[in-house]
Amino acid sequence: MQKSRSDRLFYVFVYLLTILAVVVTLYPFLYVVSISFSSVDAIDKQKVVLWPVGFTLSGYKMVLQYKELWVSFYNTVWYTVVGTLLNIVATCLAAFPLSRQQFFLRRKLNFFIAFTMYFSGGLIPVYMLITSLGLYNTRWVMVLPVLVITFNVMICRSAFEGIPNEIFESASIDGANEMTMLYRLAVPIIKPTLAVLTLYYAVFHWNNFFSALLYLGKQDMQPLQMFLRRVLIMASPEVMQKMGGTMTSGALAVSSLQVRYVSIVVSILPIVMIYPFIQRYFVKGITLGAVKG
Amino acid sequence: MKKRMSTLFSLIRRDKYLLLMFSPIFLYYLIFMYLPMPGVLLAFRNFIPGQGMFSGEWVGLRWFEQFVNSIYFWRLLRNTFLLAFLPLLFGFSIPILFAVCIVEIKNRTFKRFAQTVTYLPHFISTVVVAGIIINFLSPTDGIINTLIARLGMEKINFMMDASWFRTIFTSSDIWQSFGFSSIIYIAAIMGIDPEMYDSGKIDGVNKFQELWHLTLPSIKPTIVILLLLSLGGIMSVGFEKVYLLYNGATYETADVLSTYVYRMGIEGQNYGFATAIGLFNSIITFILVFAANTLTRRLTKMSLW
Repeated sequence: MQKSRSDRLFYVFVYLLTILAVVVTLYPFLYVVSISFSSVDAIDKQKVVLWPVGFTLSGYKMVLQYKELWVSFYNTVWYTVVGTLLNIVATCLAAFPLSRQQFFLRRKLNFFIAFTMYFSGGLIPVYMLITSLGLYNTRWVMVLPVLVITFNVMICRSAFEGIPNEIFESASIDGANEMTMLYRLAVPIIKPTLAVLTLYYAVFHWNNFFSALLYLGKQDMQPLQMFLRRVLIMASPEVMQKMGGTMTSGALAVSSLQVRYVSIVVSILPIVMIYPFIQRYFVKGITLGAVKG
Repeated sequence: MKKRMSTLFSLIRRDKYLLLMFSPIFLYYLIFMYLPMPGVLLAFRNFIPGQGMFSGEWVGLRWFEQFVNSIYFWRLLRNTFLLAFLPLLFGFSIPILFAVCIVEIKNRTFKRFAQTVTYLPHFISTVVVAGIIINFLSPTDGIINTLIARLGMEKINFMMDASWFRTIFTSSDIWQSFGFSSIIYIAAIMGIDPEMYDSGKIDGVNKFQELWHLTLPSIKPTIVILLLLSLGGIMSVGFEKVYLLYNGATYETADVLSTYVYRMGIEGQNYGFATAIGLFNSIITFILVFAANTLTRRLTKMSLW
């Protein structure tokens, strides 16, 4: 069919807007990456606008030598791996009983967890509880207080509820108990949902800054986000000097800019690398969340 | 009585594995969610540090009165509202528009690429986003000021100027969220019955008319639900981004209830006062969320719970 002129105009708009959206989103990242690979001289003369000028890895060499980066990177990996593992196990353990129609406490326990979405003690009482439990300045403070996120339990429960009951009935005739059903049957069936939840939890832990701000005073336990805050936002001269100790002071200012941008690249690289693989589950995961909880 | 007990026992025996499964979760909610709840009573006490959560004499509504009468009350209320409302006002339609574009794109590689790129900022931490903003806007070496200087204009010290805070906060919020927020609209548009489009084509409808009279009306329920949900969250702007972007020079437009609670409570150790403000904020939020959900249920016969 011949397209009318107004239809052609429509597609021009569609493509222009999409290209605009891509450029606006991508440019800041591209600029950060370009600065991270450019020579100090080019940055100093403000030649970098889009692509790296005078390609060099010296910024990376400097940042990767910095011990505090590695310590905080290790901490973040620890919090993310341990935290996400516990999250997924706990979310399944919470969601499966709540999805079983015949479970005699189902409605009561559903209310028990849903209530916490609308009412909480608030910042100060939670803070006082966590410090009085002795969790202040321990690794577990990054993991235990967010064992599950209630909204994610709801998503997982909806996924379990979507499994036809006949599957469980025939398993129970074969003598399987609920533990086996969960582990052998239910979990494998809802793998796509669990993939999305894993991503959500992992990103939460990777980016978690608030818990560390409140409960981790010790620098050697602090995650990457606290390190980034010092480098990017407080731009601590102490950090900068340690990193570029051998530089002359004029070059120091410029290379400190590079140090900041290299740190951004290093910190978001793991997410950028992993997330396209999970992207195909997004639409499914999000519409699942929108289903009546 | 005896009979009821014995049915309870048989129910427990029947569901023992489910109970076993749920028990660690029950403990978690009990300790981390329910145990702090009585702590809201701090809002009505004169708490003395080091004497436990339930110490101190009752002071009634003293902290609330002190807060409502303080010079910061209206400023905090206004900022908390505006920093949620402005992104909603300027940003709400963008994901819808973007979803329409994505669905219409025929080239699959470009479509996938555009989606991948625009979802990405959603996964970047607030610290990095705030870091990028501050460094791009820096008057010494930020790219924005470099460009401003090149155009022969005077550099602007954005982060120290209270009149810029709302613009910066709103635009970066839209930048970070529009792509990811479009997913739900994309799913809604894909769910429209294709036969409706076929009959439209026979009637000779062009693409603009199709968008206005077919696509948008079809996804109206989704739009209404999401709008109401965002209105419910209008008094609960996130702590992190404000905390990372603001400073003493920009409190006038940047300080919100949650950051004020943090400064008063955690930094200033005024536990009673801070708990009272936190409670004040969560009551408002609760009412708004409840109202939004009731409205949603009335209008669409769907609800969140």
